[in-house]
Amino acid sequence: MTDHESFRADTRAWLEANCPAEMREPMRDEGDACWGGRNPSFKSEAQRRWLDLMAERGWTVPDWPKDYGGGGLSAAETKILRQEMARIGARNPLMSFGISMLGPALLKYGNEAQKKRFLTEIARGEIRWCQGYSEPGAGSDLASLQTKCEDKGDHWLVNGQKVWTSYADKADWIFCLVRTDFQAPKHKGISFLLFDMASAGVSTKPILLISGNSPFCETFFDDVQVPKDQVVGEVNKGWDVAKYLLGHEREMISGMGLGGGANVALGEALKEALADDPVLRADVARFDVDAMAFRAMSERFIDELKAGQAHPAQPSMMKYAGTELNKARHELIMAAGGSNALEWASERSRGGKHAREWLRTKANSIEGGTSEIQLGIIAKRILDLPGA
Amino acid sequence: MPLYLTDDQAMLRDTARGFMAEEGAIAKQLRHWRDIGCKDGFGHGLWKQLAELGFTGILIDEADGGLGLGHVEAGIVMEEIGRNLTPSPFLVTAVAVVEALKGTAQGELWYPGILSGDTVAALAVDEGAKHRPDAIAMKAERSGNGFRLSGRKQFVVQGASADLIVVAARAEEGVTLFAVERQARGLEVEGVRLADASIGARMIFDGVEVDADAVIGEVGAGEAVLGRVLNAGRAGAASEMVGVASGAMAMTVDYLRQRKQFGKLIGEFQALQFRAAHLYSEIEIARAATLKAQQLLDEGSEEAEAMVSVAKAKAGSVSTLAVQEGVQMHGGIGMTDEYDIGLYMKRDRVLNELFGDAGYHADKLARMKGY
Repeated sequence: MTDHESFRADTRAWLEANCPAEMREPMRDEGDACWGGRNPSFKSEAQRRWLDLMAERGWTVPDWPKDYGGGGLSAAETKILRQEMARIGARNPLMSFGISMLGPALLKYGNEAQKKRFLTEIARGEIRWCQGYSEPGAGSDLASLQTKCEDKGDHWLVNGQKVWTSYADKADWIFCLVRTDFQAPKHKGISFLLFDMASAGVSTKPILLISGNSPFCETFFDDVQVPKDQVVGEVNKGWDVAKYLLGHEREMISGMGLGGGANVALGEALKEALADDPVLRADVARFDVDAMAFRAMSERFIDELKAGQAHPAQPSMMKYAGTELNKARHELIMAAGGSNALEWASERSRGGKHAREWLRTKANSIEGGTSEIQLGIIAKRILDLPGA
Repeated sequence: MPLYLTDDQAMLRDTARGFMAEEGAIAKQLRHWRDIGCKDGFGHGLWKQLAELGFTGILIDEADGGLGLGHVEAGIVMEEIGRNLTPSPFLVTAVAVVEALKGTAQGELWYPGILSGDTVAALAVDEGAKHRPDAIAMKAERSGNGFRLSGRKQFVVQGASADLIVVAARAEEGVTLFAVERQARGLEVEGVRLADASIGARMIFDGVEVDADAVIGEVGAGEAVLGRVLNAGRAGAASEMVGVASGAMAMTVDYLRQRKQFGKLIGEFQALQFRAAHLYSEIEIARAATLKAQQLLDEGSEEAEAMVSVAKAKAGSVSTLAVQEGVQMHGGIGMTDEYDIGLYMKRDRVLNELFGDAGYHADKLARMKGY
């Protein structure tokens, strides 16, 4: 048996023996996810146990170095682990912005002390993170951010506001883009700062969306004191860290439009409504052409990524096309649903599921880089068109 | 099977691309034959050159002297034909008719001529303004040991130049495909110049007598063969449309990078940048869908039929977008015959109607999916 074969066998055996039955069932909705944190709320004992068992092995972050709480697995071994988990339907033990976003940035830009402290906590699910990027005045033009970070000698003093901070009201710590130099050109005066959300002067306010409740918050900083050693990378070089992190985020989101899971044509799902509505049927048929074509494109993108053949700006195209397609899908679902789909809060409508999803998808083309930003990236980096 | 070209396929693409850009160039082929009023609408010399490269036998088994390749490879050649707007019998002869004659005695008879570049074939299916293969009305009545064919066909691509015409007609038992020779008595062919300068013949079969051995496959079992043939043609046409779209887009992006107005290159204007970027996205999606359909055809997958309709529909609407944006973004000169961009628009319109347009295939997909 090769090393990989015996690793697979050992992994399979361990998973069989240790993954609770409940953790082999798919999550019913976002509420079933395990976020960990200082004051974690576990849905069940099984969920807590699963996190503990996996964290102990460092398998919450299998390919991170063991020194930082990771599993120290190679890329190949990590792939084997994921395959074996998928084989029994084992859930991801920990959802974490620390894992998906901050961790990779720390691995690249953090100093040893930061890596040892923060990565280990992330790996064990002990600290829940949120991301402080956008501001009311800095959305697409993120680099124009104004949250002030002053050097007070023995600490930083932070004043300002962030918006669209997901789960800020539940997070323990924040990784935050702040301005440390107001004289320099905008990209060159930004720092990447980590601090405790429990610090004095930090407050949050949830944002109600047109679709109803959301994890988004406004976050306010009122003379927040932050220890000096919590800047990641160099002072005023935070934009590099932010860009690196955004690259990761976009790759994640570009998986979004991928057919929405099922291989069922939209028309099949809406069949009854289309039977006596030839115009809607035609719209849905054209949509299904677009959706099946995009599914092929998604397959091609993933294959090219794996082979190292994808253009670096390709995620922009995928995000743009996928999100616009998703919006179109929900427009058609609402049209097919007629006045039944308009119900906002009834049991019959499962709490206005269709209407709320339809509204929520409008943000898909705005969050993670607007469609217009993505088109600009395609124009500049793929088509090489002139201008700013 | 990863959804990108293998190394061999990429090499074929590079060869085809270089060859078609040189020998199949617009000035050398499309404009030349058009401007001298050539009745065939294409160059036989180029057809011979394609035969020498082995391309005319791309779908013919190696045992029969062909390259033994598949729809992906045929699509690779088609895309370059599309990019250069090259008039050629390749799609109908080397793809559709070769597919029709696979494993038949007719194939043994006609393949050598196709391989040598001496034979041109046509496919006669449409009987009205729109592609409706389910509504074939042309009659095939028993006559002696053979059949008598009566009816009309239109939009028969290369019909006026073909040595062999594969015709779909309805016998008592059902739709049947027949191999009819050009000189058949009772066959009237009118070469009709189309908007893209190609010739799409109108044909009248006035009691054309054919022997029993003119039947391709089995009597009454033609629908399955016709379906296979049309899907091969649709997949090839989809590739040609991806080529047309790509060629139109390349011309247009070049123009955006060169044309100056208001003291700026017009490619700096955000509105045009966004439209160009959107078009890029759509073309890449159409390209992926087309390759997927061709891979599925080559695998003999049950899913191929649906994906072929997706590809034909998507490539068609995308290519239409590309040519419309192309003419528009070129401004006034886009409307001149001197510039090539308008030629792309004309070719796109013809290709859309060939083997079923985007609406036809969206409807077909919907029916296949049960709605």
